Amino acid sequence: MEASRDDFVIAIRSAFIQRGNKQRFSLFFLLTLSILFLTLGKFNFRAIDIVKISLKELVYRSSFIVSVPENYIKNGYQSIKEHFTFYDHYQNLINENKELKSSIHIDNFISLENERLKKIIDDYLVVSNEIVAKVLIDKQSPFLRSIIINKGSKDNIKMGMAVLDDRYLVGKVVEVNFTTSRVLLLSDLNSKIPVTIEPNGYQSILSGNGQKDGIIQYSKQKTILNDGDIVYTSGSGGLFKSGIPIGKIKDDIADVSFFSDFSQLRFVKIVKFEKVSD
Amino acid sequence: MSRFGKGKILKKFFDLFPILLLYISVLNEFDFNYLNLTYFSFNFPFILIFYWSLKKPENLGYGLIFLAGLINDVVVGFPIGISSFSYLFICGFAAYLRNITLRPSIIKDWLFFMFTVLVVSSLTYSILILFFSFKLNYLDSIINITFTFFLYIIFANIFEIYQRLTSRTATND
Repeated sequence: MEASRDDFVIAIRSAFIQRGNKQRFSLFFLLTLSILFLTLGKFNFRAIDIVKISLKELVYRSSFIVSVPENYIKNGYQSIKEHFTFYDHYQNLINENKELKSSIHIDNFISLENERLKKIIDDYLVVSNEIVAKVLIDKQSPFLRSIIINKGSKDNIKMGMAVLDDRYLVGKVVEVNFTTSRVLLLSDLNSKIPVTIEPNGYQSILSGNGQKDGIIQYSKQKTILNDGDIVYTSGSGGLFKSGIPIGKIKDDIADVSFFSDFSQLRFVKIVKFEKVSD
Repeated sequence: MSRFGKGKILKKFFDLFPILLLYISVLNEFDFNYLNLTYFSFNFPFILIFYWSLKKPENLGYGLIFLAGLINDVVVGFPIGISSFSYLFICGFAAYLRNITLRPSIIKDWLFFMFTVLVVSSLTYSILILFFSFKLNYLDSIINITFTFFLYIIFANIFEIYQRLTSRTATND
């Protein structure tokens, strides 16, 4: 019994403390270093921040280059997939176009009326600056849903700015480096956005489900959601303007299917909303 | 002379291959996201580090693994140091298994790998949740661990074949 415990201790000591053949550092030393990085990083220690920022600038660019072959495969796969659904897709677009043409005149009238009314209640917001950025990395790990874009503090990107794919909200900026930034996608579990669900005007919070959809949280108990209800930003908190389309309710439950396909993002718009001054 | 030089370069490349693969995998992540498979993900660096630390530790320097972990944290968006910590822990488990094993068997390695991945993933999960207040999906972690475990045996065989081929090429040269 004593001997087997001794063997265990010797094996552990040999594995963790002794330096192996051709190894410059012992495991124990490097493990301690990792814990030190983690602890100091938690308390925003300056030296760790500098290491972090330098690594980010370097790694984001390298990762973009290393991802080129995989992106070729990815794009090839998408092209083949689209090729097979091309005709159906075309037919759907024709039908959709007909419907859109018929509703465009009503929409124009409503937009003008809305603009006028918002001016009256002093709620009219306007896009102050719009920056187009290229998506460098879209490695959505199984745990975190985020993308890296090629614009940073030198392009006046600020934390919390809204990120749009065409007109649809896809996320917000959560980390700004000198030439790059990280965008937390709406599908991430840690993303929380105040929303309005139309046509009933329910106020709620939208969170990601960690996969490719969102989920409605913290709504009133009697909230009845219908399949196809549209989810917009509510503008609460003042970070985003109200009325940015996000997605629609699917299957009469609290699941939200986003309008934008986050796995297909190539270019995004980073937008800051400011109240217009008279 | 040139033949000797070519052989030396080839041998160097074969030796560097695991570390190159590790760096490519952390920078690129073999994720297959474009297939839109909801319930599929695995951790390739775990498999690679465990296998090579167990079979040929001299080909995979601990310092370089530490650096690969830092890079992975930057790419994925985790707190700096968490991946290094988990990678090095895997190295430790592999080194321990190497020390206590008299007759190596791939099935034993595989089962020990499961234990290793469970311990390391639990540690990582706990640190992220408790220390950094991250919100993670428990089911995703379980799926990731399961696929990592099942795919180990496939990759282990591929690496085994690779080792056999490269040692033969190196001997011929």
